[in-house]
Amino acid sequence: MSSVTIRHVHKRYEDFHAVKGVSLEIKDKEFVVLVGPSGCGKTTTLRMVAGLETISEGDIMIGNKIVNQLPPMDRDIAMVFQNYALYPHMTVYDNMAFGLKMRKFDKAEIAKRVNNAADILDIKDHLGRKPRMLSGGQRQRVALGRAIVRNPQVFLFDEPLSNLDAKLRVQMRVEIKKLHQRLATTSIYVTHDQVEAMTLGDRVVVMKDGLIQQVGEPLELYNRPANKYVAGFIGSPAMNFADTMIEEAGGAVYATNPTMKIRVPEQIAARMGPHKGKPATLGIRPEDLRMANGTDPEDLSFEAVVEVAEQLGSEIILDLKAGGSAMVASVEPTVRVKPQQKIRLAINPAGLRFFDATTEAAI
Amino acid sequence: MIEGSAWRRWVFFRLPMGIFLIFLLFPFYWMIITTFRPDGELYIPWYRATYKPFWTWNPTTAHLKYLFGETTFAIWMWNTTFIAVVSTAISLFCGVLAGYALSRLNFKGAALLGTTIFVTYLVPQTLLFIPLSEIIRTYSLGDTPWSLILSYPTFLIPFCTWLMMGYFKSVPKELEECARIDGAARWQAMLYIVIPVAVPGILSAMIFAFTLSWNEFIYALVFLSSPEQKTVPVGVISELVRGDVFFWGPLMAGALFGSIPVAIAYSFFVEHYVSGVTGSVKG
Repeated sequence: MSSVTIRHVHKRYEDFHAVKGVSLEIKDKEFVVLVGPSGCGKTTTLRMVAGLETISEGDIMIGNKIVNQLPPMDRDIAMVFQNYALYPHMTVYDNMAFGLKMRKFDKAEIAKRVNNAADILDIKDHLGRKPRMLSGGQRQRVALGRAIVRNPQVFLFDEPLSNLDAKLRVQMRVEIKKLHQRLATTSIYVTHDQVEAMTLGDRVVVMKDGLIQQVGEPLELYNRPANKYVAGFIGSPAMNFADTMIEEAGGAVYATNPTMKIRVPEQIAARMGPHKGKPATLGIRPEDLRMANGTDPEDLSFEAVVEVAEQLGSEIILDLKAGGSAMVASVEPTVRVKPQQKIRLAINPAGLRFFDATTEAAI
Repeated sequence: MIEGSAWRRWVFFRLPMGIFLIFLLFPFYWMIITTFRPDGELYIPWYRATYKPFWTWNPTTAHLKYLFGETTFAIWMWNTTFIAVVSTAISLFCGVLAGYALSRLNFKGAALLGTTIFVTYLVPQTLLFIPLSEIIRTYSLGDTPWSLILSYPTFLIPFCTWLMMGYFKSVPKELEECARIDGAARWQAMLYIVIPVAVPGILSAMIFAFTLSWNEFIYALVFLSSPEQKTVPVGVISELVRGDVFFWGPLMAGALFGSIPVAIAYSFFVEHYVSGVTGSVKG
C-alpha cells in the first residue's frame, strides 16, 4: 500500500496541451475518482501514473519515490482497462498468473494467489476457459482478478465499467467498492460517469480542459461546488441555472431577471458586496424545488410552464420553461400537472447557489 | 448461405460455384491426366477420331520414371525446398520485428520508413536482377543456393513487413500495455503477448512468402546455371524443353509435383490463414 503524489504535472503532445499542471495528493488506502468529460485529461493523468505516457513536466511519486523515469513494470501498480485487455490466447488462470510468472513467483504461490482471487471474484469455475468464452461481466472480473493477485501498491482503473450494460454496471460498481473495502489498496479510478464517481470515491476530482476544477468528498462537491462547472456536472438531474442581476432593495439583496425576483439568503448576501449591480448566475438543484402553496413568499418562488412531466414512481421530473430558460424540478409523486399548465415553484433557500457571471466561480 | 427455395440456391450459389471450381481446378486436372498419358496418345492431332483429350485408358508411369530417373528433379525439389524455407525464415524474422517496430514504437520517421520499405517492394524484379547479379558475382555466390536465399528477401522482407504492420495494428495496444504493467519488459510483452496473438498474421505472411519464393523464376534463372543447382520452376523449363520440343509428360509431372508442397502448406494452415487475412483479434 502506498500514497501517490502528483505534482504540477503537464502533458504536452505536439499540438495539444492535454494536462495543464495537475497537483493531487492521494493518501494511502484512499479511493480517488477522476471524473470529467472526454478530453479533460483524466485518462492521460492516469496513464502517466501508470508509466504508459511520459511526463512533460512535473513529478509523480508513488510512496516517497519519484517514478517519472520508471518503466511500468517497476512501478508496482496494476491497471484495469476499459476493454478488459485480457490475453486472448491464454486461459483465465494463465491471464491471472501472467504477472506473477513475469515476477518469478514459484508455482505453488501462484496457484494459491490465483485461486484465492478467483474465490473472491467468484470465477473459480472459469479458470480453464479462454476469455472469448466469457460474458462481459465475467471478463471484467478476470481483469480485476489479474490486478489483485499481484497485491500491488496502487490500483488504476480506466473506465472499467463503460463496456458493460447498465444493470451489470451497477452490480460491478458495488463489487469494486466491496473489493476496495476488503483489500484497502490505494486506487485511482477514471470515469466520465458522475454517479460512479459519487458512489465509489472517498474523494472525487472533477477535471475539465486539463485542469482540476475541484477536489473533495462526494457530498462536499454536491453541497459546495467550487464553480458553475462542478455544480452542473455533479448531481442528476443537473443543477438549473438562470442568468440574473444582483440588486439591493430595502436592505435585502435580490437576484432578478424578467421572470423571477429571488431574495439572496443572508449568509450569501454578506459576500455579495462586490457583485452588486452586476450579473450573476443563480443555481438551484431540481430537488430543491417544489410545488408552491399559498404560504410561500413571493421572493422565494417563481412561475413556470410545464413542458413534460416524467413519472418515475418515487418522484416526478418536471421539464419546465421559466421565462427564456429551461428548468428541471423534481417533485413529489402525488403532484398532478398537465403539459402547458402554468405552475408556481418554491425554492428551498438553503439550496440556492450563486456564481460569478464571468469567472463562474462560486460566490 | 443464400436463403430461399431450392432453385434459388442452385441458380445463385451451387451453379456459379461449380463453374468457378471447374475453372480453377482444370489446370490441375490437365497436369494429372497428361502426367499419366502415354506419349502415343499425347501427340495425336486433335482431328483424329481416336483423339480423347480428357481421359486415357492406358495410364503409364513412364513420365514419372523419366522425371525421377533421367533428370535431377529430386535434387531440384530439395533445392527449392531448402531455398524457400531458409529465405522465408529470414524474411519472416525480419518482417515480424520490423512490422512490430513500425506499428508500435512511435519513433520519428516511422511512417516515412514504412512507405520507403513499401516502395522497394514495388521495384520490378526484372530490373532489380541486373544490379543484384553484379553483387552476386562480387561475392562469388553465383550458382549456389545462397545467391537466391540472400536475394529473395529483397522482396520478401518488405512484403512480410507490410503484412505484419497491418496485423499488429489490429492487436489492441492495451494488451501490451497491460503486460508491461504486469511486469513484462517491452521485448517480453512482444514475445509472450503480441506475437502469440498475431500468429494468424504470421502464418499468412509465412505461406505467402513461401509460395513467392517457391515459384520465383527470374532470379533463379539468372543466378543458377548448373542443372544440379536449379529450382523446380527453372529446372522443369530448361531441362524438359529442348529447342522447340516439349516433353509434355515429364513437364506436367514436374509441374504437378512442384505444386504439391504449396498445396499442402495452404491446406494445412488454411483456417489460420483465412482468419489472418480477414479478421483480427477481439478483446
